[in-house]
Amino acid sequence: MESMAIADRLRAEFPDTILHTYTHQGQTAVVVRPGRIVDILRWLRETDGIRMNHLRSLCGVDNAGRQEQGLSRFEVVYNLYSVSLRHEIRVRAAVDDGEAGIDSVVELWSGADWLERETYDLLGIRFNNHPDLRRVLLPDDWVGYPLRKDYPLRGAEEWSGMTELLAKVKELDQYGFDPQGHAPGQAAPSREDSP
Amino acid sequence: MSRPLMQHLEVPVPDGEGERYSLRMGPQHPATHGVLRVDLELDGETILACMPQVGYLHRGIEKLAESRTYAQGLILTDRLDYIAAMANNVGYCVAVERLLSISVPLRAKYIRTMVAEMSRICSHLLWLATHALDIGAMTVFLYCFREREILLDLFEELCGARLTFSYPRIGGVRQDVTAGFISELQRFLDIFPSKMEEYETLIDTNRIWLKRTVGVGKVTGEEALALGLTGACLRGSGIDYDIRKHQPYDAYGLVDFEVPLGRDGDIYARYRCRMEELHQSARIIQQCIDQLPPGPIVGPDAPDLVMPAKASPRIAAGATTYGAGLIKLIRDRGPYLAGDIYVATEVPKGELGFYFISDGSSRPYRMHIRSPSFIHIGAMAAIAKGGLVADLIANIGSLDIVLGESDR
Repeated sequence: MESMAIADRLRAEFPDTILHTYTHQGQTAVVVRPGRIVDILRWLRETDGIRMNHLRSLCGVDNAGRQEQGLSRFEVVYNLYSVSLRHEIRVRAAVDDGEAGIDSVVELWSGADWLERETYDLLGIRFNNHPDLRRVLLPDDWVGYPLRKDYPLRGAEEWSGMTELLAKVKELDQYGFDPQGHAPGQAAPSREDSP
Repeated sequence: MSRPLMQHLEVPVPDGEGERYSLRMGPQHPATHGVLRVDLELDGETILACMPQVGYLHRGIEKLAESRTYAQGLILTDRLDYIAAMANNVGYCVAVERLLSISVPLRAKYIRTMVAEMSRICSHLLWLATHALDIGAMTVFLYCFREREILLDLFEELCGARLTFSYPRIGGVRQDVTAGFISELQRFLDIFPSKMEEYETLIDTNRIWLKRTVGVGKVTGEEALALGLTGACLRGSGIDYDIRKHQPYDAYGLVDFEVPLGRDGDIYARYRCRMEELHQSARIIQQCIDQLPPGPIVGPDAPDLVMPAKASPRIAAGATTYGAGLIKLIRDRGPYLAGDIYVATEVPKGELGFYFISDGSSRPYRMHIRSPSFIHIGAMAAIAKGGLVADLIANIGSLDIVLGESDR
């Protein structure tokens, strides 16, 4: 089925939830409110003739630096594909508040587990009802969400566990290790860099 | 008449009950193929719970890409799957080309298909080598590295690098292939089937191999789809999904090849799928050599540094102008189309997808990498649960992961 036809059927099914649809470079995307995301994706996955059974990717986006009008602060983007029927669609859920977040889709695709953890880890978007929402790529005690646009690109700050680690090295050391040799704040002089 | 052998030793023998303990495997364990740590809850040798931990190799590639131009971002993709860097490069280029509507000449498409398939052979050979080594077949390891070396030498001849190539570029490829390269590649293709036979003779019907792989690590097609498995891991479960066929890119629509499918979804099925893929890759390369059309190797609108074919008078005039000329060569060809796109390619590990958002500037606003290894490691908990520790090793090998791509 044509992706636009799927988008139209989706709009008929969930009239209040769909904000708009568009096609870019031959790919159709649907921008939706986050409230009924599980229902929408379940419908796309289980309706005959659509059967989007493959969650190709799930990622978050921070819209803070985008010029377009009417964008929410965050977005969670689902790229879906039907392996049996060979058509695709993209669903963009507009999330205004990362803390309030969006419902998890792990019940539909168990593989979404780690993708949602990654999105939480790097962008700070919460996934409600997620079985195990922890950081996955960064250490558990990391402060901040690096893929947000306001995350500093340069600076001399160090990982909070570093002091503890250096003390441990000093304690076990036999060769005269000097923790002062590894002091923060000695990074190369920074130059202005736009994100 | 005889006492049990271990009766006089005060060694607790696991009886399947009350022998619970937790074990951290990795991140330095040789069978985890990189810096993967797996936290295990065990009962005797049975895995009750398995929690893979990744991130040791996280370099923030997605974030780095946001402050580089599209052409500069290419080198980051070398560092994803460093075993098959060429396939990653091609995936990135295909995605950016579609995002920015950049055309690619036919010759470049064929060359890229050729090198991507060479990359697939490299990756599958390394997979077979290490997978077999994990299970205990040392000879296969040595054989595979022998053939992989020929391909790495060919890559070196082509672009000067053996690991991080950055050879494909947005809008084409960096240099043309030489006649010497083609004839060497042809020599490789001529001997490759006999080498394949050597590997298959060694392990295809090897009793130990069969014991370790048949019926182990089973995943049904439904489960595999829900877990997000792609590549040979999905096809081993009988699901026909190969992006080279489903959404052909480069020259894949112009060459003839088959997509091998497994049935049982166990380690042996995945093994057979990859072995068949090796045959098919060789077939694709052969067709690329035979059909390679003449013509330019880079399109007119590539957003990249363009080395002049002949030294222009300005460059010949002196060092300072030469520098100025170079600076001019590295140019931003903005403004670009704004919008978003998801483009996936079939790399040796599975589906490598790039989700790009362009805001019209010369740098991507957001680049998300759908990394097959990351998703496969996420699925490992479900696959390994209830099995034995030894089978976890076989499963890790069979999922064919690479941590550079998983951690990004």
